[in-house]
Amino acid sequence: MNREIAVSSNILVKANNIGVKRGNRWIFRDVEFEIVRGKQIFLIGANGSGKTTCAKTVLGLIRPDEGTVARAPSLTIGYIPQKLSFSPVLPLTVRRLLTLTDRARQSEIASALAAVGLERLGNPQVLTLSGGELQRLLLARALIGKPDLLVLDEPAQGVDKAGERMLHERVEEIRRDYGCGALVISHNLELALASGDDFVPLVPHEHDDHPDA
Amino acid sequence: MANWWVAHMLGDFLIRALLAGVGLALVAGPAGCFVVWRRLAYFGETIAHSALLGVALAILVGIDLSMGIFVSASLITLTIYCLGRVETLPSDTILGLLAHGGLALGLVVLSFLTSVRIDVEALLFGDILAVTRGDLVAIWAGGALALCVLAWIWRPLLAATVSADLAAVAGMKPERARLIFGILVAGVIAAAIKIVGVLLIVALLVIPAATVRRFVTGPEAMAVAAAVVGVASVLGGLLMSARLDTPSGPSIVVTALAIFALTRIPALAEKQ
Repeated sequence: MNREIAVSSNILVKANNIGVKRGNRWIFRDVEFEIVRGKQIFLIGANGSGKTTCAKTVLGLIRPDEGTVARAPSLTIGYIPQKLSFSPVLPLTVRRLLTLTDRARQSEIASALAAVGLERLGNPQVLTLSGGELQRLLLARALIGKPDLLVLDEPAQGVDKAGERMLHERVEEIRRDYGCGALVISHNLELALASGDDFVPLVPHEHDDHPDA
Repeated sequence: MANWWVAHMLGDFLIRALLAGVGLALVAGPAGCFVVWRRLAYFGETIAHSALLGVALAILVGIDLSMGIFVSASLITLTIYCLGRVETLPSDTILGLLAHGGLALGLVVLSFLTSVRIDVEALLFGDILAVTRGDLVAIWAGGALALCVLAWIWRPLLAATVSADLAAVAGMKPERARLIFGILVAGVIAAAIKIVGVLLIVALLVIPAATVRRFVTGPEAMAVAAAVVGVASVLGGLLMSARLDTPSGPSIVVTALAIFALTRIPALAEKQ
């Protein structure tokens, strides 16, 4: 169930006791958090703990089997998915990818590229980019729609340690400059602790159903 | 005088064939790009194979064959869409089931209709030289409508091709775009039956798009270029058919294939 949050509040998304199951197995359960404008929150868990499913529930792509996700009215979300594979048969330049879901002026494209440090990239085919460049480009793409909330699913995947730190610094800058909230999915607990931001731990759930179900 | 001249020219079966083929290629090029990007070639084959069921139903109900094919193809598209959501079978298994199920059912129903004779060869390989003025009107009006629909769903469908989740988060309703595109392909195939036939239609969707990929940098340019290559294939194929007295549908596809092969020569030479 999706509900709306009062307009006056600074809360962007509120997850109340949400859980999702496949068959009779809970992927995650009893998860509760609030994402506030201007703040960052980490969703931490090992592989298979349901982080991506939980993020997709927040995004409204999956309906929770229990609990509710409430969103601020007309909330705009910038989503950076975990993995995006580009087919070599689809010709796509950097600029065309940036305007895939939202039209933008040249100045908006330039400032989104600058925000992620890709201002000198030019306009090559997306397929020629390195993993790190692609992650930053997807972040810039999310900024084009002027999001209230950024949802980043393992943004540092395929990026080395130094690159990971830089990427997270970028996200913090963007959060300040754009005044948006951020939900960051990561398996890196150290990083979340070092940032001093709130984090929600996800633990792999028991395979059995609730006794009363 | 001018009117007489136009009427005389349109009376000519070769001009009608050219106009029909060009009208079809202008839609098949851009639509074919999505068929290639989204890996829908087998989906196209399924729609084409089940067209025989549409023919049988059209004869049973007494409507135009192309209309019958369009209705049955749309129903098959909806079935594929619904089965894909509820079934755990892999998508190519579902397609195989419907392609051959539809073809077999069509043949069985046709065998009951002993009073009508169907030119199966024309169905399989097309009979472009039998295109009527009514067919021409249908192809160009339907083609214009199809291009408008494609322009309308272009952005959401392209976004969904990159990532359905990204498109959905942006509120672009990717599932709706996908379903509308499926019905559009059904329409293109129904229109193409007379021109290249059931067995060859997917070539007209796939070959122009595959040919132009290496020469373009953006999806929109690829759509336009594929339409141009499609039109060139139709013109070349019909010329070849008229000169060498070869069957028109296969001649068009052979021409498209020749263009594809020619554009590959420089790349192959480079690698050597």
